[in-house]
Amino acid sequence: MTMTKNDIVDTLCEKLDDVSKKEAAALVATLFDTIKDTLSGGETVKIAGFGNFVVRDKEARVGRNPQSGEKITISARRVVTFKASPSLKDAVNDAG
Amino acid sequence: MTKSELIEAVANKLKLPKGKAELIVNCVFDSMEAALKTGERIEIRGFGSFEIRHYKSYEGRNPRTGAKVDVRPKRLPFFKVGKELKERVNEGAGEETPALSTAPVLSTASEGESAKVETPTSTSPFDLDRS
Repeated sequence: MTMTKNDIVDTLCEKLDDVSKKEAAALVATLFDTIKDTLSGGETVKIAGFGNFVVRDKEARVGRNPQSGEKITISARRVVTFKASPSLKDAVNDAG
Repeated sequence: MTKSELIEAVANKLKLPKGKAELIVNCVFDSMEAALKTGERIEIRGFGSFEIRHYKSYEGRNPRTGAKVDVRPKRLPFFKVGKELKERVNEGAGEETPALSTAPVLSTASEGESAKVETPTSTSPFDLDRS
């Protein structure tokens, strides 16, 4: 089973009495859009108790095509990495 | 940006009372944590997906002392960046960090021609011709 934005919206409506489906949907969409916009602008987003989305600049490096062994230059790029908070890690690990 | 700043931004955009936005945003992350706890995957289109990765036990070493340590099997959350976010973040790279690109050029790494893996042909509607 995979949880999607829709499932999150449904959960919100179940848990919070005074939140309509429409409101919940707008909020979830805006929430992720805001995170995306912030990261796109190069700024890190920290969610206490959940984790940090960090923007990192990677330098160019020489890689290889694993199939042909051919050398290729992997150009410099900017990427997003997620580091789970200790509490999320523990919650996930202890659940197993 | 911290969670409270995020809540404020969302509240402003939707003209919601901050308290209400806070309640809902917290509930979003709580429900995501609950899903991951049960081992469920989460997929947010355009943003990315979260899944639980299982790691077997292995014999590690304390990097400082070199002593052997048994690392027990563990489950950890893993985030994979979605296509749209990946592209947007990479495109943003040029804009506010101008040419720090005085990276040393390795004289040995000169194999020109070979294929360029990479740099997704941007399908995005953002200012491509502005650079």
